[in-house]
Amino acid sequence: MILSKQKPFEEILEYLDGEGKVFLLGCNGCAQASGTGGPEQVEEMKARLEEVGKKITGSAVIDFLCDKALIRSRLRNYIEEIKAADSILVMTCGVGVQATAASVNKLCHPACDTVNLGGSRGEWPGSERCMECGECMLEYTGGICPLTACAKGLLNGQCGGASGGKCEVSPEKDCGWELIYKRLKALNRLDKLGKFVTPKDHSKTLPETGLMSTSKWALEQTGNKERVAE
Amino acid sequence: MSLKTSLEKQKFVITCEIGPLKGTDTAEILEAAELLRGRVHAANVTDQQSSVMRLGSMVTSYLIKEKGLDPIFQMTCRDRNRIALQSDLLSASVLGIENVLAITGDLPSLGDHPQAMSVYDLDSVQLLWVIGQLNEGYDMVGNELKGRTNFYPGAVVNPGADTEASLELQIIKMEKKIEAGAKFFQTQAIYDVDSFAKFMNRVEGYKIPVLAGIIPLKSVGMARFMNKSVAGVFVPEELIKKMADAENKTETGIQIAADLIKDLRDICQGVHIMAIGWEKKVPQILDTAGL
Repeated sequence: MILSKQKPFEEILEYLDGEGKVFLLGCNGCAQASGTGGPEQVEEMKARLEEVGKKITGSAVIDFLCDKALIRSRLRNYIEEIKAADSILVMTCGVGVQATAASVNKLCHPACDTVNLGGSRGEWPGSERCMECGECMLEYTGGICPLTACAKGLLNGQCGGASGGKCEVSPEKDCGWELIYKRLKALNRLDKLGKFVTPKDHSKTLPETGLMSTSKWALEQTGNKERVAE
Repeated sequence: MSLKTSLEKQKFVITCEIGPLKGTDTAEILEAAELLRGRVHAANVTDQQSSVMRLGSMVTSYLIKEKGLDPIFQMTCRDRNRIALQSDLLSASVLGIENVLAITGDLPSLGDHPQAMSVYDLDSVQLLWVIGQLNEGYDMVGNELKGRTNFYPGAVVNPGADTEASLELQIIKMEKKIEAGAKFFQTQAIYDVDSFAKFMNRVEGYKIPVLAGIIPLKSVGMARFMNKSVAGVFVPEELIKKMADAENKTETGIQIAADLIKDLRDICQGVHIMAIGWEKKVPQILDTAGL
């Protein structure tokens, strides 16, 4: 799940300045769940844009816009509408905007900001966050990630800013290291905390080229490569 | 006499703090350095304290050294990655700066540029280890240096951590810092001498100099603010009342600081006075404490 929120309407209008005709694109996945780019929001956007004199050449809501193979196949039904438009307003997370822009020969405007959740989450949304750092530290921290649970991502223990077990960033936020300490204490494994953790190797955060894409990678690479509305 | 020599000779060591200001005007800093020279063993120069952008710690350390005051170059991990940290350490060494204090650094969200990206590429323990590497003549990945550094590294500890987990984590981290090369510690402000004495008992076995933090109270509001908003600082109600009842708040604030210093003399190896704008009053605090 990727969380997005709609940009202020004025900002969207600035993007569309000088363009009379727009194609709207939404997504039935995370954007619908976020209430930013599902069928309902696409209809609302259509009405608001028409109110200020824009012509909507067409609209589509696809599941899912992070999938370029799906974008290409579904948008084939809208080639005329897309050709007639000056641009596409994509009402999803940054992944959807990028995937659309990579698939269609039209300028794509983002209608939403993607909200940082402090790392990616499991498919079934929980509170655990992973930064996909390529060098898992969970062995030393009782299974609580210090990169995402600590606001500073400290590896060798708490900073001096914690107060009452809360982080200096906000009294609402638990200090990650307080949680790590309690977890390890309950497991009777506080010895784990004595280990000097060497600086992270950030080169491991760079994904291997072959892994840059999703499991649809092969399909995207070997399938029909032409861009829609070419 | 350098900070290292003073600490090694087991003297009761006094350090204080100089905070660079926002802008290029250094008159006030230089004036403070003149006043403090000969009265303190060394002066910390803060590094973008409270995440508020100001004149740099390295150049200010150099300027006060020129004035004859031994600087403790504070270095946070907030604003620079490992390449910049190591390069700045080499630069500081070339400028003749000998003492470095490795600290994590407050989050940018607490300062005047809350929009800033925070770095924390290294943490304070790792930074101490890196300083040790540079002293050995190598950078942190093992490349040989042409000319090594000769730093005397220090660190901080927060004895007033207010939960069991916090205090234990502070002590575990202190041990890691010592293993990573810290030669002395400075603490967050101490107002409760008895609980500080308990902390000192806990860390006695480390045989490492600890300089207790002193922040002179200026007002009741300041004391209450610190109790509410500064992690690890606890001003007892009795001292707040003393300030409230005082006719001359300045004199009383100075007296309280001096009394704390007297009480701390038998407990630890020195004090670190963070005057926060009262730098020029430090000599008076020391006079009152009989130092």
